[in-house]
Amino acid sequence: MSKSKQHEFSRRDFLRYTATGAAAATVITPAKAAAAKTNAKIVIIGAGAGGTSAANRLVDQLDGAQITIIDPRPEHLYQPGLSLVAAGLKPASYVTSKTTDWLPDGVNLIAEKAMAIDPEARKVSTQQGKQLDYDFLIVAPGLVLDHDGIEGFSTDLIGKHGIGSLYAGPKYAARTWEAASKFTETGGEGIFTRPATEMKCAGAPIKHAFLIDDITRRAGNRGKANITYAAHSKSLFGVPIVAEKIRMLFDDRGINAAYSHVLKSVDPGTKRAVFQTPDGLQERDYDYLHVIPPQRAPAVVRESGLSWSDKWVDQGWVECDKYTLQHLRYDNIWALGDVAGVPKGKTAASVKWQVPVVVDGIVAQIEGREQRELFNGYTSCPMITKIGRAMLIEFDYKNNLTPSFPGIIAPLEELWISWLMKEVALKPTYNAMLRGLA
Amino acid sequence: MQDLTFGTILAVMEEIFGRGLFWLMVVLAGIVSVAYIYVLIRDRNISWRKFLWAQVSMPFGAIAAVWFVMGVTDSSASDLGGPVDLIVFISVAVAGAVGLAVLVYTIQSLLSPPKK
Repeated sequence: MSKSKQHEFSRRDFLRYTATGAAAATVITPAKAAAAKTNAKIVIIGAGAGGTSAANRLVDQLDGAQITIIDPRPEHLYQPGLSLVAAGLKPASYVTSKTTDWLPDGVNLIAEKAMAIDPEARKVSTQQGKQLDYDFLIVAPGLVLDHDGIEGFSTDLIGKHGIGSLYAGPKYAARTWEAASKFTETGGEGIFTRPATEMKCAGAPIKHAFLIDDITRRAGNRGKANITYAAHSKSLFGVPIVAEKIRMLFDDRGINAAYSHVLKSVDPGTKRAVFQTPDGLQERDYDYLHVIPPQRAPAVVRESGLSWSDKWVDQGWVECDKYTLQHLRYDNIWALGDVAGVPKGKTAASVKWQVPVVVDGIVAQIEGREQRELFNGYTSCPMITKIGRAMLIEFDYKNNLTPSFPGIIAPLEELWISWLMKEVALKPTYNAMLRGLA
Repeated sequence: MQDLTFGTILAVMEEIFGRGLFWLMVVLAGIVSVAYIYVLIRDRNISWRKFLWAQVSMPFGAIAAVWFVMGVTDSSASDLGGPVDLIVFISVAVAGAVGLAVLVYTIQSLLSPPKK
């Protein structure tokens, strides 16, 4: 062998080293815990973010369980995207997929509405009269928007008469943009409301106000527009340090804050809204009105005796332990997502933290061990303050800020990186959560 | 953020691009990287002429990467709001520049290997 040949890096050597590197990379994947054997019957009411994610995790962690999920809706909604649809940044199709796209094999989907829960007999009845026995029940039906709770309002009005309401669904979020975009061109009085009840993603009405302010400004029409955010209480947000930051940003953007103003009725003909305030009823004229109706637990929950009897009595959220989400009177029932009667957590980010807790509670009972996972109230809100910037606000039950990237992504700063996360990473993370992978 | 593991990041990346496209991009990036190392080891030398062209391509890679990220996220350079934004912005530009330079150098080396 000549000297030059000795130094030559042969193709075979190259392939061998490459293959070795690839083999080394595969060992990074961690070993999966063995699934617990059981023949338990688990019923999940609701195939939204919580129910779907829980079904995927239960299938992975249990061997032999009979898992049934009840939901009549053929469409799955990525609700965090509705704010973007209502600002014309994404089409309505951005938030929709099929319910069946996310459900794992081995789960029985009953495409009906759950009509009644009998926690004593451990049965769920469906709209077409099916009776489902369960050993464990996850109550995750989401919440209902009480549109009738605002006099004079109905979803038919959305997109007309200067009325928007992005929570009502993808079609209505797109119609909301139709009404809002006219306002960004013509200006006038813009009023952005929120209900006095608990609500999902309390940041969304504020984001909508910031986005419409920004779009009006970009169109050169901000001088013609007067924007008011009607807060239901004396504060702009439930977490004091965040409320103060939003107050400062509102000052900066020229957005007026009307405190303790709860929308009571609307007259689309005269474009006049009536607010309940500490000083009595107040009328306000509007050119654009963003309506978010009162929100309550679905009737199946309120009529089943699972709700709190001394808290949120007009709303009916499930009575559960705020750390384990287990029902306080029925230890084989868990609440998950919007319907849970806990002080915080009606967001998809909270669901991401709640699902492992609920699944662990069920698996712990099956395995006869103590529950390991607890929910600390984690809630996250990428608070969009303009197109291109957001604040990545995360907090817990104690109103402590709980930044995921302390020292790197400041929670109370308007940052491009936080906007990138909302635009690029949030939906994929949500989808991965649905599959039980994040 | 909960459970920010390697598996979670992979799952999220699969969702961003779609499973097929993501792994296709990983394989392509792997092939280019391995080919780059291959030509360096094979040639036992840096070709400064090829390296010059690779350097010339770098600003185009930087601009293309920034333009792509800004385009798909409805944002602009005026949205940079803090030090971390500047770091991300520069990182995107550097990644584009280095990526294109590696690609240009590798393609040149594969198409016209040095004469022995």
